[in-house]
Amino acid sequence: MTISSLNEHDANSNKYLRGKYSICGVGETTYLRGSTQSTRSLATWAISNAMEDAGMKSDDVDGMLSYSGNDSTFAPSVAGDLGIRLNFYMDVHGGGSSIEALIGIAMGVIEAGMCKTVAIYRAMNGYSAVRIGGTGARSAAPILGDQIHHRAYGWQSAGQMFAPTFLRHMYDYGTTPEQVAAVKVAHSKHASNNHKAYYKKRYTVEEVVSSRIICKPLHLLDCCVETDNATCIIVTRTERARDCLNPPAVIQSVVGRCCKPRSDMHYQHGPISTVAGHYARDILWPNAGLGPEDVDITGSYDAFTFTTMLQLEDYGFCKKGEGGEYVSNGTIELGGRRPNNTSGGHLCEGYTHGMNMVIENTRQLRGNVDCSCPIDKNGRRQHTYNYKEGGCRQVKNAEVTANLGWAMPGTGSAMVMAKDHR
Amino acid sequence: MPIEGDYMGMILTIEDLDSENRDFFRYCSKKEFRLQRGKQSGLLRYPPTTACPWTRDRESEWIPVEGKGTVHSYVEVHHPIQPSFKDKVPYMIILADLDTQKGQPTEHEALRVAGNLMTEDGEFVSPEIIKTVGIGTRVKLIYVRVTNEFALPHWTIDESAEQPFEPWRYPQE
Repeated sequence: MTISSLNEHDANSNKYLRGKYSICGVGETTYLRGSTQSTRSLATWAISNAMEDAGMKSDDVDGMLSYSGNDSTFAPSVAGDLGIRLNFYMDVHGGGSSIEALIGIAMGVIEAGMCKTVAIYRAMNGYSAVRIGGTGARSAAPILGDQIHHRAYGWQSAGQMFAPTFLRHMYDYGTTPEQVAAVKVAHSKHASNNHKAYYKKRYTVEEVVSSRIICKPLHLLDCCVETDNATCIIVTRTERARDCLNPPAVIQSVVGRCCKPRSDMHYQHGPISTVAGHYARDILWPNAGLGPEDVDITGSYDAFTFTTMLQLEDYGFCKKGEGGEYVSNGTIELGGRRPNNTSGGHLCEGYTHGMNMVIENTRQLRGNVDCSCPIDKNGRRQHTYNYKEGGCRQVKNAEVTANLGWAMPGTGSAMVMAKDHR
Repeated sequence: MPIEGDYMGMILTIEDLDSENRDFFRYCSKKEFRLQRGKQSGLLRYPPTTACPWTRDRESEWIPVEGKGTVHSYVEVHHPIQPSFKDKVPYMIILADLDTQKGQPTEHEALRVAGNLMTEDGEFVSPEIIKTVGIGTRVKLIYVRVTNEFALPHWTIDESAEQPFEPWRYPQE
């Protein structure tokens, strides 16, 4: 697993802060249903874990970013609880595709001298309060102005909004339900080797396509899990990250909320079976100085099985229209050429609006994924690379990862990280 | 005064300052499908917006458009999310390309208009009818009243049109 095509992509110029910033700490709460605590409490739990992972004290963190959709607690309260004095904070609106965008913002504000280290968190009671599937209070809220053009037609939840794109991909390219179901099969296999995952059961293609239809083409098992949790990553300069407890995951390139034309109503423009990755890839790969063929592990957002497939295709991991084949030929499973969401992702581990996939790839690049493999007397996990149920989850010689964040068909974010070679 | 109506138990509101949506839905209440046409570009747009996406022109006029088209994609909901749709499943949301301006200004663009699949009288269709509709089905617009000055456009099968032998449907029924 080497970076083979560096020369094609202007790898030698250190452009756009390539390599200058890293993720130095990651942490999460338990993935729960019924957390019995506030998002403020979940946030302090996850951030504490990330700081401990980095070996940082309260004085070492002076910036904070969060994202949410009227369902969380903002940074000033959370920082106060943790004894963190902030030189910078911002709480932004958004769900999926926020994390990669906020990592870029964190790099920018540190580069501008506004602060030195930024903790980014997402704290949510996505099962027991504001439900991510869109049921409960959100589904019955009054319908105002522009929303009339969709919500009044019973077109509201994420699955309902994305379904025309998913169906049109099947129509345009002959993608089959069984091919796409392979995403759930792969992620459930990965989750069975992850003690943190909310769902650890392995599923078959047959089980996915015979689960009940939510809205065509989505079966129940094509949809993500709803959970209560908080997640956190800490971004700082790579030089500084090298002083932390764990090796840095070095950021090569970020794309933040890149959009198709008419992001308000993307169905008007272009083939609707093409998603934002089609545009984002022209920023992601040149800025990273490498291409999809150099990537060892992907983190393609799995709000649904289809979102993983569509993004892998439009970011160029296969030819346009061949996403169904790509996700069903073994490539994306542990043991395959390029595993996707090795923690089980949103379909199985827990729903975090993208953060758990960044956390997992950080751990993969450290070579120290928290699976059941034995830990030696130096505290180093001795990975077996045997991916049998309940076994190893570490990808051998993981050098480069790509996270592909999804907000909706028309909007996405992405990030490439690499192992540190000082 | 905002325009406010109860539709299927949902409260739909158009604020005073939202003149684009107010005009659009008022025309619908007169059974007219009108879209904004940018004065500079001469191009229609949907849904209502405050400027022309091709020229940034903020001047536009409301042009009557024939409400006929072809299903481009759809949603078929079996698990309802909103309380008002609990007793409507399965129901269909149609995304249809209007014949007007299809393939303009570029090949893959179209005025893609959403609505539920309804009977000509504005009732949700039966599951049997849903099974006859898919990508390629020819449809036309109808209107369902919300208030005297507000109606919603919906789609119905265009019985007078030549229909494809077998419109594309999701393979599992």
